[in-house]
Amino acid sequence: MEVTDVVCPLCGCVCDDVVVEVEDNKVTKVKGACAVGKSKLMGHGRITSPAIRENGILKDCSYDAAIKRTAEILAAARRPLMYGWSSTVCEASKVGIELAEEIGAVIDNTASVCHGPSVLAIQDVGLPSCTLGEVKNRADLVIYWGANPAAAHGNHMKRYSYISKGYFLPEGKKEKKLAVVDVRETKSAKLADVFIRIEPGKDYLVLSALRALLLGYEDVVPEEVGGVPKKDLLELVKMMEETKFGIIFFGMGVTHSRGRHNNIVNAIQVTRAAHKHTKFNIMPMRGHYNVNGFNQVCTWETGFPYSVDLSEGYAWYNPGETSSTDLLMRGECDAALFIATDPGAHFPGESIRHLSKIPVIQIDPYANPTTEFADVVIPAAISGIEAEGTVYRMDNIPLRLRKIVDTEYMTDEAIMKGILKETRLLTLSRRL
Amino acid sequence: MFVCMSKKRIKMGIEVKLINGRTVAQGSNLENKLSEEYFNAAAICELNGSDMEKLGVAVGEHVKVKTNAGEVVVKAKKADGNPEGVAFMPMGPWANAVVSGNTHGAGMPQFKGMDAKIEKTGEAVLPVKELLQGYMK
Repeated sequence: MEVTDVVCPLCGCVCDDVVVEVEDNKVTKVKGACAVGKSKLMGHGRITSPAIRENGILKDCSYDAAIKRTAEILAAARRPLMYGWSSTVCEASKVGIELAEEIGAVIDNTASVCHGPSVLAIQDVGLPSCTLGEVKNRADLVIYWGANPAAAHGNHMKRYSYISKGYFLPEGKKEKKLAVVDVRETKSAKLADVFIRIEPGKDYLVLSALRALLLGYEDVVPEEVGGVPKKDLLELVKMMEETKFGIIFFGMGVTHSRGRHNNIVNAIQVTRAAHKHTKFNIMPMRGHYNVNGFNQVCTWETGFPYSVDLSEGYAWYNPGETSSTDLLMRGECDAALFIATDPGAHFPGESIRHLSKIPVIQIDPYANPTTEFADVVIPAAISGIEAEGTVYRMDNIPLRLRKIVDTEYMTDEAIMKGILKETRLLTLSRRL
Repeated sequence: MFVCMSKKRIKMGIEVKLINGRTVAQGSNLENKLSEEYFNAAAICELNGSDMEKLGVAVGEHVKVKTNAGEVVVKAKKADGNPEGVAFMPMGPWANAVVSGNTHGAGMPQFKGMDAKIEKTGEAVLPVKELLQGYMK
């Protein structure tokens, strides 16, 4: 059976035109997805059963037993951390935030190690942005800064930016220009009309120079900035001035580097400086398909997008203090729930040490490094393949993930509801 | 270049700026991290050809990557897209073994632009489970 318009549950592109063939309730063929998305849709080995660690070994148990054990751990914890939420749907995050409020947890998502600095910068100075549809139909200059979509967002150029054909640009890339700014010549850089190689950690300097040039202060810019000759910067500025509709897509090359959110504040100000000449936009290349969705849900539920501390009975937001890496480095949390994420692989090694000392709950379809130290493991249905739900694309457009095969695994939302119910029974009896 | 004198032999190493990032092979095995494919995709360090020459390592030979936060052994891979002095590791547990947890008050660890030293080694690359067990001690 062929299923059309499947929505890909991998990266922030959330491509909604994938075609999947299903036979005997299994995905057998995928068309239209990138290599990374296809790999996920075709499927990998799964966690086969809920399990609880006893004497160092994970022993299979029922969903009920795993959910009850999770509730006991969370209800007893004084400083629990609930982290992840980027590879699941908004409906699960909503229940998660309710649970975090119930137990006074710190709730955080993977923006904490991804585009958290972008969120901080946007809160600081706003974001002159647009939708990917507008980019596809109008953008004649695309700049990727510290982003390598050829590796991380496989269909981004083809569907939305440089290679796509748009309403006002029917000839596609013949009518468009591509510039890439990076510290190394990536696959994306090889496709570019202009590649500007900067020295690692010099984004802020180069952005400041561009800002000065766009505002007409060429005299204050030295002959070389951050390893880039001034003439190359002038060439890029000329391209920016001459475009009808330009866009900067920035990636973790900017957020992960020295300067963090200050780099992005400066990139946003470069976009504003370009407004002196033409229409210009800027957008973060959000990583997971619903990392943005958690930020949306968390903002409408608590007022803040990530790293929210609910321990005092009100929402306290202070990344650097309430962010997961800092909590772990201070050895502060006494229990951790990880859902749809893998800190074992993606957190700094030295911050993982603390996790071996506290009870850890993992909710995920797949075994991964986090499973190695998890005390309770709860397998989940794969959102977008076995479960439906709402997610937010990198340009803040909500899309509905589809269910394409049946499963006996519980969904993230159902698991979270089960944990919330059991935890409430325990916290209620404690209050009485 | 730095030269580390040991009693048995002289180890040559290079100083680099180390960055982590995504690759297609790493991303394709994102949900398959306990597999050999993921090990091959993520337990690597990409270096410029001339940096590899300085180290005297061939493709597939092992290098030790050291920062103030730790050290890890991975396979060397050639990537001439990297300028000299810039090393790249796919994001994952091997790369994170040398990332500092200090966020400098921003909440975000510095995954890119780390000061690192790289040297040739005969030590084995740890499989993911053993690597993680190192944190449990």
